[in-house]
Parts: sequence; C-alpha cells; structure tokens
Amino acid sequence: MGLLSDPNRRKALTSLLTRLNTPLCVVCYLAGIAWFMGLAFEPFTLRTYMSENAMGSTMVEERFPSGERALATGREFAAQKKKVGGMPVDWLVKTMQARGLEVFTQSFSRTLPFPDENKERFMVRGTNVYGILRAPRAPRTEALVLSAPCSPGNSNNQAVGLLLGLAQYFRSQIYWAKDIIFLVNEHDLIGMQAWLEGYHHTNITGMDFTPLQGRAGSIQAALSMELSSDVITSLDLVLEGLNGQLPNLDLANLFHAFCQKLGILCTIQGKLQRNDWDSSEGYTHSAQTMMLMVLKQASGRPWGDHGLFLRYHIEAVTLRGINSFRHYKTDATTLGRLLEGMFRKLNNLLERLHQSYFFYLMPSLSRFVSIGYYMPAFGLLAAILLLRALDLWVQIGSPAPVSQDGVGETEPPSNPGVLSILTPIVISHLTGVALYTLPILSQDTAVEHFPVSETEAVVLTAIAIYTAGLALPHNTHRLISGEATEQGWRVLKLAALLYLAVLLGCTALINFSLGFILAVTLVPAAACVTPHMPKSLGALAMVLLSPGCTIFYCIFLFQDLQEAPVTLPECCVLFLSVISQGILDHTLYGSLIYPLLALFVYPCWLLLWNVLFWK
Amino acid sequence: MAAYKWSRTAVFLLIFVSLIHTGKSDNGETLNDSVKGEEADQSVPGETQPSDESSSENGDAEQKQWYSTDLEMNDALEGSKAESGMNDSPGDSKLFTPPPAKDHFQEELVIRPLHSGDIYANFQFRTQLDTDFVQEGNKVSHYRLFPKSLGQLLSKFSVRELHISFTQGYWRTMQWGQPFIPAPPGAELWVWFHDTVLDVDENWKELTNVLSGIFCASLNFIDSTNTVEPSASFKPLGLGNVTDHRFLRYATLPREIVCTENLTPWKKLLPCGSKAGLAVLMKSEKLFHSSFHSQAVHIRSICKDWQCSSAAWELRQTLSVVFDLYTSGQGKKDWSLFKMFSRTVTEACPLASSSKIYVDVTDNPEGELFDLNPATPVLTTTVVLGDRRTYAVYDLTKAETFGQLRSLNLLIRWKGEAGDMLRPLLHAERYVAGFGLQTGEIHTLIYNNHPYRAFPVLLLESVPWYLRLYIHTLTIISKSRENKPSYIHYQPSKDRLRPHLLEMLVQLPPHSVTEVTVQFERALLKWTEYTPDPNHGFYVGSSVISALVPSVVAMDIKSPQERPLFSSFFHVKEESSYFVRVYTEPLLVNLPTPDFSMPYNVICLTCTVVAVAYGSFYNLLTRTFQVEEPSQPLAKRLANVIRRIRGVPPL
Repeated sequence: MGLLSDPNRRKALTSLLTRLNTPLCVVCYLAGIAWFMGLAFEPFTLRTYMSENAMGSTMVEERFPSGERALATGREFAAQKKKVGGMPVDWLVKTMQARGLEVFTQSFSRTLPFPDENKERFMVRGTNVYGILRAPRAPRTEALVLSAPCSPGNSNNQAVGLLLGLAQYFRSQIYWAKDIIFLVNEHDLIGMQAWLEGYHHTNITGMDFTPLQGRAGSIQAALSMELSSDVITSLDLVLEGLNGQLPNLDLANLFHAFCQKLGILCTIQGKLQRNDWDSSEGYTHSAQTMMLMVLKQASGRPWGDHGLFLRYHIEAVTLRGINSFRHYKTDATTLGRLLEGMFRKLNNLLERLHQSYFFYLMPSLSRFVSIGYYMPAFGLLAAILLLRALDLWVQIGSPAPVSQDGVGETEPPSNPGVLSILTPIVISHLTGVALYTLPILSQDTAVEHFPVSETEAVVLTAIAIYTAGLALPHNTHRLISGEATEQGWRVLKLAALLYLAVLLGCTALINFSLGFILAVTLVPAAACVTPHMPKSLGALAMVLLSPGCTIFYCIFLFQDLQEAPVTLPECCVLFLSVISQGILDHTLYGSLIYPLLALFVYPCWLLLWNVLFWK
Repeated sequence: MAAYKWSRTAVFLLIFVSLIHTGKSDNGETLNDSVKGEEADQSVPGETQPSDESSSENGDAEQKQWYSTDLEMNDALEGSKAESGMNDSPGDSKLFTPPPAKDHFQEELVIRPLHSGDIYANFQFRTQLDTDFVQEGNKVSHYRLFPKSLGQLLSKFSVRELHISFTQGYWRTMQWGQPFIPAPPGAELWVWFHDTVLDVDENWKELTNVLSGIFCASLNFIDSTNTVEPSASFKPLGLGNVTDHRFLRYATLPREIVCTENLTPWKKLLPCGSKAGLAVLMKSEKLFHSSFHSQAVHIRSICKDWQCSSAAWELRQTLSVVFDLYTSGQGKKDWSLFKMFSRTVTEACPLASSSKIYVDVTDNPEGELFDLNPATPVLTTTVVLGDRRTYAVYDLTKAETFGQLRSLNLLIRWKGEAGDMLRPLLHAERYVAGFGLQTGEIHTLIYNNHPYRAFPVLLLESVPWYLRLYIHTLTIISKSRENKPSYIHYQPSKDRLRPHLLEMLVQLPPHSVTEVTVQFERALLKWTEYTPDPNHGFYVGSSVISALVPSVVAMDIKSPQERPLFSSFFHVKEESSYFVRVYTEPLLVNLPTPDFSMPYNVICLTCTVVAVAYGSFYNLLTRTFQVEEPSQPLAKRLANVIRRIRGVPPL
C-alpha cells in the first residue's frame, strides 16, 4: 500500500507491468499448465488417509456367506425380467417381503424434451421398488442406501441378486443403528431422480411420480452397485457426480481400505494403480488417470447413479464391477463381504461424513490432490486475465506516451459511449439466451422443414445458433456511435477480460476441472485478441479456442485416454451426441453445464470475437 | 492399614456377640441376629444388657423397631388407619408379614403374537397405595411395597400425576397394531402438579433433576427450551378434574438412549426386585436384543374402590418389548419364554396379590394358527383398543400352572400363515422435506383408515426454537381440500428460551390422509450452542396425536378394577369410542454448521488482512501529501552555507 501511495514508485510499477506484460503472461500460462501437470507426480501428492474416527480400524469380521445364492437370485431376477419384459415389480416386492423388509413402490413417468438416441428412450414410465430394513431400536431418523439399477437387457442382474442376498443377510443382524434402504431403480438415473425427489418431497425437474409411502429419516450415505457378470476381475470406483460434485474423500478411502483388506483389485477411472512413479510410464499413467477425472468432472454429468445423491448432501459412490483383467477373479461372496464391511463402517458413523475433503483430484486410488494444491494452477491462469486487464486499464488511462518532462498536455481521450460497450454485451447475451432456449423450442419446426430426427434437429439448431452468433453482432457499435474508436475496443476488451475472470473464478470454485479446462483455451484467446491482428488468422485462432471447440478437444482427449481412440468423423458424431446429452442432462437432472456455457461462457467469448472485428 | 485393623476388630466383636446370642436364645433366627448384632455392636462396652433385652422375646424387639420408625414419621398419627393397622399387628408377626390391605401389588405379562411373526411382550406391575400422602397433614414416611424414593418425590414436589417413559426404537403401528401403552422414542416426561404449587417451573426443574438421578437418565437436560405446557393433549389420567394447563409440564428428549443403566433402577422399584415373579424374565441382554424396548412409570391417584370413597395412589410400571422374527427368532416363528427371555417362570412374586400371564389367542380360536403349550382352559375376554380380544390366562399364584417341572415355559408354535393385519384405524408419519441448509418443510401425515366414520384428533407439535416455523405457511389438507382446524393453540418460540408449541384439533374425514405442512428456516446457532457432534444433526421430538377413535365393539365402561391391567390404563368414558395416542417419528434436522477446524485458519487470515489493510489505510489517511522540492545541487548548497555565515540572504 505504501508502494502504491507513492506516485513515483507506482508509476515505476505500472510501467514495469505494462512493459513486461506479455512475458509475464506467457510465464504465468506455462507455469499454470506445468503446475497442473505436476499434480500427477507422486512426490507432490498426498497419501490418502481415513479422517473419520468412527470408520477407523475396528476389529470387524465380514461373514457374508451366500454369494452363490445371491447370484442364483440374480439369475431368477433375470428370468423374471425377461418374462415381464421390464422390471419385475411384483416379484421384487414379494422377494423383498420374504426377506423381512418393509417394501414400497414408486411409479414415475417422464417425457423427455426430445428422444434420447443413446439410450433409445423418449416416453419413460417405470417403477422403483425399495425395501427398508428397519434398524432395531432406532427411531427412523437415519438411513443408508444401497441401490442397484435395473437396466434393460442382460446387465446388472447380478447386482440386484447381490442386493437381495445382502438384504437377507443384513436382516438377521442385530447391530444396525441406521435403517438400510435397498433400492432397485428402473431407467437408471431417471428412476433415481424420481426416487430422490419423492423422498425429499421436492420437484426440481418437473417429473411425474407418486409420493413415497415409506421413509427412514435423513440419508447419511449411499452406495450404488453395477455388476454385469458372475465373476469380476476388478471393481471400479466412480466418484464424479452432478455438476462435478464429489463425495467426501473418506468414502473413497473406505472403499480402498476394504479392497486392500479383502484383496480385491480396485481401480479408479478404470486404471489400476502402479508403483513405479519415478519412471516416465508411471507418471504418464497417473497423469492419464487424473486427466480422466478432470474431464469427467468437467462434464458435469452424473457418471453413475450415485451422482444425483450429492445434491441432497448425501455422500455416495458407485461401485462398478469390471471383467477385463483375465487372470484375477473375485467372486460374489467377496463382493458381498466388501459391501458388508463398508455398510458396517457407515453404520458406525456418528455424524455425517464431513471430516475429509470434498474438493480433490485423484491421480490414483491411494493418492489425492487437495484444493490447496490444485488451485494455484488455476490461479496462475486467472492471473493472466488480471494482468491483461491492468495493462489495458493503464493504456486507457494514459493513451499518449508520456513526455519526458512529466507534464504531457495531451487532450483527454474521448470516452467511448456506454452504448457502444453495452450493445455488444446485450446482443451477445441475447444470442446466448437464444442458444439456451431455441434448440428445444424450435425442434418441431425444424423437423417439419428438414429431413432430420428430433434429436438431430435440436443439436443442429444449437450448432446453427452458435455459428450464427459469430456473424451477427460484430458491427453494431458503428450503428450506435457512428465510428469506432481505439478506446472503444479497449474498454470492451477490459470488460470482457474482467467478466471472464469472474466467471472462470466462480466456476473453478465450484467445479475446478471445468474452470481449468475453460481457462486453458479461453485465457490465451482473451489475452491476445486485438483488432489489429490479421483478421482471417485471428478469426481462425479464435474459433479454434472457442468453447464449442473445447468440447470437441475434450471428447477427443477423453477417448484417447480411455484407450478407445476415435477418428475425426467418429469424434464429430460423438460431439453431436455429447451436445444432446448435455441438453438432456440439464432438463432431466438439472445439470448446470449447458446453461453455464450457453448463457455466460459463449456470450463472453462473443465479446472477444467482437473485439477482433472492431473497425 | 488402620481401617483394616478396625474392620478386623469389628468382625471379632460381632462373632463374640453372636456367640453370646446363640448361647442365650434358642430359636436363633439369623436374620434377627444380625440386626441385633448391629445394635449390640454400638453398646458392646456396656456388655450383656442388650443381649438380655433381646433374649426376652423376638417379637417384642420387632415391635420396638416398628415403633421407632413410627415415631420418626410424625406425631399426627391418630387419623391414619394405616398406623392403627400397624399397631394392631400381632406381636409374634414376622418382620416382613404384610399388614392388612394398606397397599397391594399385581403383576401381569401379556404376550401378543403379531401378524408380522414378531412377538410383543408387555409387562405391567401395579402397586396401589391406599393413602393420599400429598394431602395436607397426611405425611407418610413408612413405605412397604410402594417405593419410598418415588413416594417422597411425590410429596416433596406436590405431584399429582407423573408419567415417564424411556423408549428405544419406534413402535411400528402399521405392522404391529396399537400398543397397550404408547411411548415416543427417547425419554418422555409429563407431570401434573397440584394447584397449590406456587412456582411450578422451579418444582419442575428440581423434579427433573431428581428423576434424572433415580433413573440414571439425562432428564436433567430438560429445561425451558424443551418444556411445553400443552393446553389440551395431555389431560390427567387419574382422579381430579383440574385442567388448568399451567400446572402441566411436558418434555421429551428424543435423543435419549435407553440401556441397562436405566433398566436396573427401574427394576429396583419393584417389590420383588428381579428376584421373583415375572421380573425374573427381565434379563437385559435379551430385552435389548429386540426391535423395540419401552419402559415406563406412571403414577396417578385413582379411586380406592369402585364406590370411589377415597383416593389411592397407583404406580404402574410397564415394560414392552417386541422380539424380532429374524434377529431373535432366527426366522422361525417359534417362540417360547425361554427363547425370548432365556428364563422360565417358576413362581409368582410372593408379595403379589395377583400374578398372571395372558396370551392373545383371538386369531386362533381353534388352534389353527399356532399351538400354545401348555394349554390352559382359562380364557378371558376383554375389550381393549376398540376390539374384543380373547386371552388364555395362566395364573401364577396357582401351583398347577407350573406343572410337574415346577416351571412354566410357554411355547407358541406357528402352524399357518397369519392373514393380513387389519390396518390400524389411526396412524401417522412425519418427515422433513426439501434440501439445503436454509429452509425446509415439516410434513405430518395422519391416516384415518376408518371406512365411514370421521373423528377429530388433537395434534401437538413441539419444535425447538432453532427451527423457526413460518406459521403463515401452515396448511392442512385432507382429500385435496383444505381442512380448517376447529381449535388452534400456538405459542411462538423465544430464542434460547422456549420452543414452539402448536396444538390443533383437526377433523379427519373417513378413509383419508390428512397432511399438515409447515415451513421452517434453520437458525444459525452461536458457536458454543452446537452439540459436540453438530454434523449429526438436531432432533425434533415426536409429534403427539391424541384421539377418541370410534370403536367397533362397545367399550367396557365398568370400573377398571376387575379388568386385566393392560386394558384398564386409559379410562373409557363412553361405549362408542376409545382413547388412542399415536407418536410420530422424531426428526433429525441438519443445521448450518461451521467447520470447527476453521476458526484457527480464519483467525490467522483475518488478523493478517486486518493488520495489512488497516496499517496501510491508516497510513494513507493520516499522511499529508506535499510536493517535494527538487533537491539543490551541491555547489548551491555550499554557497548558501557560506552566505549564511556571511549574513547575506541565501540564493
């Protein structure tokens, strides 16, 4: 402050900042990326540890005996499912009742805004069946949830079988202090959403469902199970939930601890842990794992049924059985014991899981990066925007080079009218609103006039509006103020820079991955753009760094990291489906990524586009 | 060491004195010996005199003892029949022989096989004391069967009626039907004080603390923030028709955990303790291996006889347990006393005037549902909870009940599948709706399953102050139409002082669900007000629904004396309906909770920020800015020095 109150030194500082601005920005950018990539390097990360005392070491022996019987139940379930041609509600109700649970059903229906071509559904109608194991001598105040989706086809029957087997075993135990809800949900996430909204008596997404008849107090934690074969080789832990929310790290620790105890191979992002961190392969491996997590989190989708619980402040994960590493087998009994152990530990909880981290990245199951370590990477990128803004501010304040004697008597620059700044901002936001609303509203019209399906209509409308936005607004200021001034674009760019900085900062606080990925592409664009660049080259660079293209790169990278590389045309097809999924996620589950991109990020980028075409 | 020596001498003395005793008196009752020994112990230096006295006649000495306690009691003995009865007692009576009919004790156990396969066992112990010790000038300090600790408490705090229950678990009305005596999860205490009490709150506070000591429970956590004065829901169950609710206090502790430390003092109040009678069945490791456990103490004044010539005190101790089919019964519907309690009954409590076991056989008239072994020819029919039920009766005071083995182990073996249970006419549930930590909504659903009768219910909600109820959002909806309550009593909360109290009289249409919703805002507590486990959440006690439910059969309005204990707790005033109280689940609500590890970081951070910002702002604000003269060249300064020396004005 003393530094700033001294006019001479302030002058020196600002001149330093303006003189060294570009090198500083370059250094910040590189340092940010390097910091981020360094997060995956094992010596820089922390080892996970159990923070919650109630789940610490206890001498509990897992005794679940009847894995084989559970699988037989699963087969019976499959037969019933085939017979009914959907969810065998009556059979499930009867089976759960026979196991001594209080059984309830909930039916729901939902019409999607447009057909979901990935899952081939449009009018969804289903029933959730859940049975409550009442804890002896507990007054129905707390509950745990074990859920298994009843998916169409031949998958996940084993999970339902195991769920019923566990219900039978749990029912004969006396030690439960929390009610346990065994939930079989139809139509995976839609059913789960209906059940959760019913349980909490809210309606966020406008779904039709019957009210729940039985409840068990506030849910403390939930596990969701997906198995598709009798014998699995490894269990994958899925953490990423809606809007990039993550469950408390202790839940992941709990899973890891029990996998180690029972000798089950466990993976995260489908990647096994490696011990050779000092080799380049080892580093690449953990970097890939972390990148996958970042990409999944940035997508804001629920990557398993657990993802929807997080909104209700219920810690939840999905355990997904994978059958790929041929030489290693885990049978259903061991899986049952794993779940038994986890449930007994969760049953011991005195408080909600709150001790450990909620914001973290995991380069492997036993290592994590906490918010304090990864935020600087984003901070370095965001600093570029501020440096650039400072530079512009100084330029606007003193446009003419200051003469040597210090008493430059130049004319104060004509301030650009508010209108010339406001118009592009308003227009670009209106484009954003159009991008947000029109695709769904105008799908009928589009289907009438073009030979496309509804889904294609929605996606293509979105892309059309996105592209039209590029052509639309960038000459409006001339209509308003007559002529463009040098000051005009500076003020506009300053506004855009600050807007982007605030936007990305807020996003990164909630969903670091999304904020970081957007910053990686948008920050260079925002930093470099001026009207004095060669137009065609600049336009090309801007388009390549636009949010839409960012999605495209992410898909490409994601496929590559998942060891399922795609060619460019395949990637384009995926791109279209991802956009439709994003819109669907928003309407079905209230995911905020699509509105964020359409209403804020895209308009912000349009402002920069405006700067480029300032004449 | 000194203590050890002292005790050794005492032992020697005792042995010495007892030797003298056995030498002089022939009957040598050991019990008396020890008593006398203790007496003699103090007067050993005086030697032989006391032993002389005792040798005269045992009975005399006992008389003396009675007298001495009587003298301690008070001087106003003349009106009391009890004392005269005591004096009349024959000289040769034993120490523990009961004086005629001053108080009497009954015990009974009801076993109801439930449709779900579980089994419900309800113990009731009733001690009746035929004096009214709260009356002025009628102070009693001799207690025989009635526990002294409770009697003193009643007279000290002028209690007219006291009901306390400790419950672990939630009564599942939908599967188990109505219980004989309902209780909410946790601890519940409601007390009617005499209208002579001047400071009810003070009495209440002391009473809760004393009870807390007697029952080893956390009742001392009852304070003004969880005590309410319900205006209509809790009427006195005993004699007297004072209904001024200023003398009533009601509090629940939903979080109270009930365990053996509460059971032991409760058992100690029984005349036979857990040594004889039905109470031998109460092994805590079995009682707590169940899905529901509730123990209660109800004290009220009742009519002494059917003419109601004078008042008497009644102490009812009840204990209800539900044993689970899967955890206790290993999934087999075979129950026996031994399987349930790991004990059998071998005798009645010798102090009990009646001791019976009832088994509900209403659904099993021909023995097609379950086998009851040993069979009993004695059946009784009574109307309880609006239904006429038949019970097999085992009278433990008769020797033939125990058969050859001298022990009774009732066996109930299911043969067939029980049909569906009739839906209970009235039941209720409650939950918190919404998510997030700012607001929420309490939903109470009340079901009237009667096919054609509407009846009114009284709903009582007591909500802690930190949930700020928005009463303007209160809606009551039955059959998707608004239902206007005919009576509302609402007492708003005061922060940190008293809870919300909401009482409503709502008419339930036949065969309907009535939904009562009210929104609330979660308050931010002060940081010292959080419990040690704030992330567990905060409890809201059960809401209470009291109703007169239309009865299917005509209720018995005879005086309760002749009926079994379990069917005579709530008075029946008219034939067409019976009284039911239903408790909903307690709620667990999360309040906005700070991260308690953060204050350190926050303090560090704020101190730094304040120091830096304050320092520089202060600097900026107090500094005077002025244009600094460019400094003069060295030659000029030198010249000026010389000029000053010369006395010429500087350049």
